[in-house]
Amino acid sequence: MSEHLPALQVVVPLLAAPVCFALRNAAFARAVCLAATWSSLAIAWTLLRQVLQSGPISYALGGWPAPLGIEYRVTVVGAFLLVVVSAVASIVLLYDRGSEQQRLPASRHYLYYATFLLCLAGLLGIPITGDLFNIFVFVEISSLATYALIALGRSRRALLAAYSYLIVGTIGATFFLIGIGMLYQMTGTLNIEDLRQRLPDVLDTRTVLIGFSFLVVGTAIKLAVFPLHQWLPNAYSYAPAKVSAFLAGTATKVSYYVMLRLIFSIFGVGFVFATHRFDLVLMPLSLAAMLVGAIAACYQDDLRRLLAYSSISQVGYMTLAICLANVQGLAGGIVHTMNHGFTKSALFLVIATFVQRTGSSSVGSVAGLGRVMPLQGIAFLVGGLSLIGVPGTAGFVSKWLLVLGALEKGQVWVAVAMLLSSLLAVVYVWRVVEKLYFGEPVASASSEDGESEAPGPSGSALWRATPTALLIGLVILLGIWTEPSAEVALAAASELLGVAR
Amino acid sequence: MSRELTPQPGSRRRSARRALREKLVLRVMSRLIVPLILLFALYVQFHGDYGPGGGFQAGVILAAGVILYGLVLGVERARAVISEKVAEILIAVGVLLYGSVGIASMVLGKNYLDYDALGEHGQHEGIIIVELGVGIAVASAMIRIYLAFADLYRTEADE
Amino acid sequence: MTATSGLWMYWAIIALMMVGLYVVIARDNLVKKVMGLNIFQSSAILFFVAMAKVSGGTAPILTGGEGTAYSNPLPHVLMLTAIVVGVATTALALALTVRIQEAYGTVEEDELAREERLEDRSLSRKSQ
Repeated sequence: MSEHLPALQVVVPLLAAPVCFALRNAAFARAVCLAATWSSLAIAWTLLRQVLQSGPISYALGGWPAPLGIEYRVTVVGAFLLVVVSAVASIVLLYDRGSEQQRLPASRHYLYYATFLLCLAGLLGIPITGDLFNIFVFVEISSLATYALIALGRSRRALLAAYSYLIVGTIGATFFLIGIGMLYQMTGTLNIEDLRQRLPDVLDTRTVLIGFSFLVVGTAIKLAVFPLHQWLPNAYSYAPAKVSAFLAGTATKVSYYVMLRLIFSIFGVGFVFATHRFDLVLMPLSLAAMLVGAIAACYQDDLRRLLAYSSISQVGYMTLAICLANVQGLAGGIVHTMNHGFTKSALFLVIATFVQRTGSSSVGSVAGLGRVMPLQGIAFLVGGLSLIGVPGTAGFVSKWLLVLGALEKGQVWVAVAMLLSSLLAVVYVWRVVEKLYFGEPVASASSEDGESEAPGPSGSALWRATPTALLIGLVILLGIWTEPSAEVALAAASELLGVAR
Repeated sequence: MSRELTPQPGSRRRSARRALREKLVLRVMSRLIVPLILLFALYVQFHGDYGPGGGFQAGVILAAGVILYGLVLGVERARAVISEKVAEILIAVGVLLYGSVGIASMVLGKNYLDYDALGEHGQHEGIIIVELGVGIAVASAMIRIYLAFADLYRTEADE
Repeated sequence: MTATSGLWMYWAIIALMMVGLYVVIARDNLVKKVMGLNIFQSSAILFFVAMAKVSGGTAPILTGGEGTAYSNPLPHVLMLTAIVVGVATTALALALTVRIQEAYGTVEEDELAREERLEDRSLSRKSQ
């Protein structure tokens, strides 16, 4: 059965979704959903090990060989993303028993699980498929599920956030589609490997250049690259807690993968950076994202908004890695998808637990909670340190690799900008930590206002603590035992740059 | 909830719908046409492997027949044909039918959705089952969407 | 001259694309935005269909003898998927619009913004 793992990776969550849908029972649906996500994680882990041992795996869907049929192609960077996405999904899904889905009547909770699985299937499909149009389809599957999940948030603003994300996201996806059309017109193929071989003949045509622009802008919208990030803060801060934790750890990371494939596998470094100097566009935007995102985060009064702006800043680091285009820098960007994904998901879960207790998500409301809920307080502290990039946490590894990459290119000022952004991260993390430990506890008087979330049932405390502890444990583990993740990321980066001409 | 917020559009729609039902020509013609539409849907469904057609197109045509029926003769009549619950289960059944062909070919030792695994005429039989799954899923999804939107501004006096 | 006249459909497609984008950006009504989005998506679909046309080609069903030109069926198949995506997006967008109408009592963007400002102000007053 092991040769079918690439197909099963997508098929398991994709077919578990209609099963949840047909069962029409929340408890069964939850069980099916948990089984599907954890088996996806097992499949992703096995695939990563196989790829590291024996190189890329190709799987012809329907038995039609590659350029003709749709090919699933497991690469190192793809398998890495598969592990990140399925791990975040599996762990986040453990978080309590669905108290955040209260916008849905209890009889329809199964729909939440079906949608979650569809979103997961889409996100897992993107890194595994070797076909450009297939990427578009999976992007749309995951996006449509995401819009629906965001709209489940309790506040009515979740609806507006979902609507504006839908409009922007659909424009982005349609841009991507138009770009695919232009490439297909010039080369007559949609397979990524095939495109890579056929594109050099037509690289200097204007159609390819415009197709490149459409593809990159479409992806950048989904990735929330600096000026195109407006949808992200609202989407993350009004979505249900579990959904924000899931999306923050996966959605932008998968878009980052698409960007990597576009630039390094399809168009190649020569076209993107040498001929057209795309780094002159992307580098300032990355630096701006790093700084502006962090500064905006310092001024937020809402905890989840603060984390959302911090995400924009972290996306800046990842796109910066693309501009560096050397093995160490790129490895930093790739490993950052995992480190930041785990960190941000953990932080969103911690915030969700605070919100459940106090009924408010403002920075002031957590005053003194570090003493009342010591474990969650420590979890936030560790997560915050990882956002800053303190040695011993996961965030340090990726930033270290990025700095090495920048120094290798002789761009000292990039390293300085990263340091500056990290200092700003100290500011916004400290604002919360100060309140947590040194603020005077306020009585949860604000729990009546419309924005608030009702305090959850007390019996689910264990369900809430376990996933946070798991994620924070991973953050520390990846920060101390750095070789495996860094090795995989270095292998992924050299694979990407190796195929680049 | 919508009833308190927007009573006006509700009543306007209601009278519009009743007016639609009272038009003799519309009523008679739609009763004549709907069976033909459904028949055509089946033709497109099962002719799909010889000519243009297939599950998606057939599903949409089938749903169009049911939606036309519901538009002219009232949502309740359409719901009597296929209720929300049945439509939802059929969506899942359609997708699972599609997926089961893939799983079957995998169990029989070929790649996912490799119809050759299904036997001598595997390519032929496989595509028919897959398209049937697509047709069921698309038709019931379309009808489910229609039913969800058709009921938005209903009031007690509607029927 | 032939370069531009032979490509007239692309000009039409680009015009359609711009109309769609303009409507999405410039209209305040959420339903009209969805319509604009539909026009925009349709232009992408037409783009693929237009490029599948082979001059003198027939429907891509293997009937004729040697040397028969066929239109390229692949973009059509791709667009079938894109149409499904478009239908799902539209249905979801309209469902969200209905919910927004229920929650706010309006689907005009300026009125929604006003509602939000009022809500913000009452919240900040409460917390003071």
